[in-house]
Amino acid sequence: MSDSHVYTPYHPRWLRRRVSTYWWLQKWSYFRFILREGSCLFVGWFVLYMLLLVNAVGKGPDSYARILEWSAEPWVLGLNVVSFLFVAFHAVTFFEAVPQALVVHIGRTRVPGRLVMAAHYMAWALASVLIAWLIVGA
Amino acid sequence: MIKQHPEPWLWLLFSAGGVLSAMLMPMLLLLFGVAFPFGWVAAPSHAQMVAVLGNPLTRVVLFALFMLSLFHWAHRFRHTLYDGLQIKHLNEVIAVLTYGVAVVGTGVAAYILWQIP
Amino acid sequence: MADHITLQVARYRPEQQSDITFDEYEVPCPKEWVVLDGLNHIKDRLDGTLSYRWSCRMGICGSCGMNVNGEPKLTCATFLADYAPGPIRVEPLPNFPVIRDLIVDIGDFMQKLVRVKPWIMRQTEKPVSEGEYRQTPEELDEYKQFSMCINCMLCYAACPIYGLDPKFLGPAAIALAQRYNLDSRDEGASDRMAVLSEHEGIWGCTFVGECTKVCPKHVDPAGAIQRYKLTAALESMKAIFMPRGA
Repeated sequence: MSDSHVYTPYHPRWLRRRVSTYWWLQKWSYFRFILREGSCLFVGWFVLYMLLLVNAVGKGPDSYARILEWSAEPWVLGLNVVSFLFVAFHAVTFFEAVPQALVVHIGRTRVPGRLVMAAHYMAWALASVLIAWLIVGA
Repeated sequence: MIKQHPEPWLWLLFSAGGVLSAMLMPMLLLLFGVAFPFGWVAAPSHAQMVAVLGNPLTRVVLFALFMLSLFHWAHRFRHTLYDGLQIKHLNEVIAVLTYGVAVVGTGVAAYILWQIP
Repeated sequence: MADHITLQVARYRPEQQSDITFDEYEVPCPKEWVVLDGLNHIKDRLDGTLSYRWSCRMGICGSCGMNVNGEPKLTCATFLADYAPGPIRVEPLPNFPVIRDLIVDIGDFMQKLVRVKPWIMRQTEKPVSEGEYRQTPEELDEYKQFSMCINCMLCYAACPIYGLDPKFLGPAAIALAQRYNLDSRDEGASDRMAVLSEHEGIWGCTFVGECTKVCPKHVDPAGAIQRYKLTAALESMKAIFMPRGA
């Protein structure tokens, strides 16, 4: 990549400071970033948890009852509470970023970012209500 | 002319997984992970679950959720390992492991979902 | 002394030392003084050996960027009084090699900037007799924000990804590429895509978002990069599903 500026990377007298391995601990905004990225671990865990649950449902009422019991165990419950917080954080940070990443035009006019974000929050609320209704309500 | 490499595709999977998991996961997790075990709400009966999961639409949505969320996890986790721990020299190993898990996980998800009567 | 404030200024004299040390100076602190005024006071009255860059002292030239108390700032727009009672720590911009004191080497950015071809490109230039290229206010609004960039490189200093991997094209260069990609008069988007869609182009970015926060001109490079990811991903899809190009 560096074609003509060859002397720069090797200049003996210029001071290069290495980025610390723990750079994400140095500033709150960096730490928030690493928390956001870390939320993916809990997204992954939730997929695993749901797969176990669906699998148990497929195996019959007994194994379904067993998995409900298992999910009430303190460590599973604790993990799920933490997971919920992280997944909710993931959702909020994802929708927060939407206006920056997605520019929507209707005809020639540009839809304001706030409106695009609001639409996402609306969809989130609708999806949540629908899920709750499907599982608990119906 | 654009050179084809996997990055845009992986990013699309990551983003789609990000949106879908953000939309659907918090409520699902709140119900199954927190509300039912704590007894705030009674858990649905087995018959109810079978009825909900028996609907092909539910299964398609769940399959999409599982697959895309796994790729979302793989992509983010890979980059977090690079940036957070500075181990980019293990690039290939990490990529094979993370996306490998996502591919295998997708297969397992398909198998489990299609098992349901 | 309430009317004075302490500046802890990073010093690096390559012929004498192998790492940064800090010298402390007491400078006056009237409410209209910025950090750059403090540095000029040091240079004029206290220690003529201090080296730093500055030019316009009004937020246009983009040459006086430094880390002030750990945040990348234009020192001409950062008031001393906001940090009272001090001390204020002034360091060279991180992520760049330090040449001397507060001066960093900007060669890497200069090279990257040229690679994204930040100028208007036309397939065929129309003759002058046909008049100018016209643009509506809406078309101007599409890219105007990105055209505010003054190449101060605060975004590079704030970007941990650039710090970790100097090959990363970086925020300002990509935002400036977008400034031309989104310009209705420009036809060079496909030319720029080759550089932007490399691994070290947009895909290195993990959207830390700090570049946008430190930008003194509200350019939003983070937004520019995410938007371009979507564009590039859609182009990739098009290239596969419509190989001939629709």
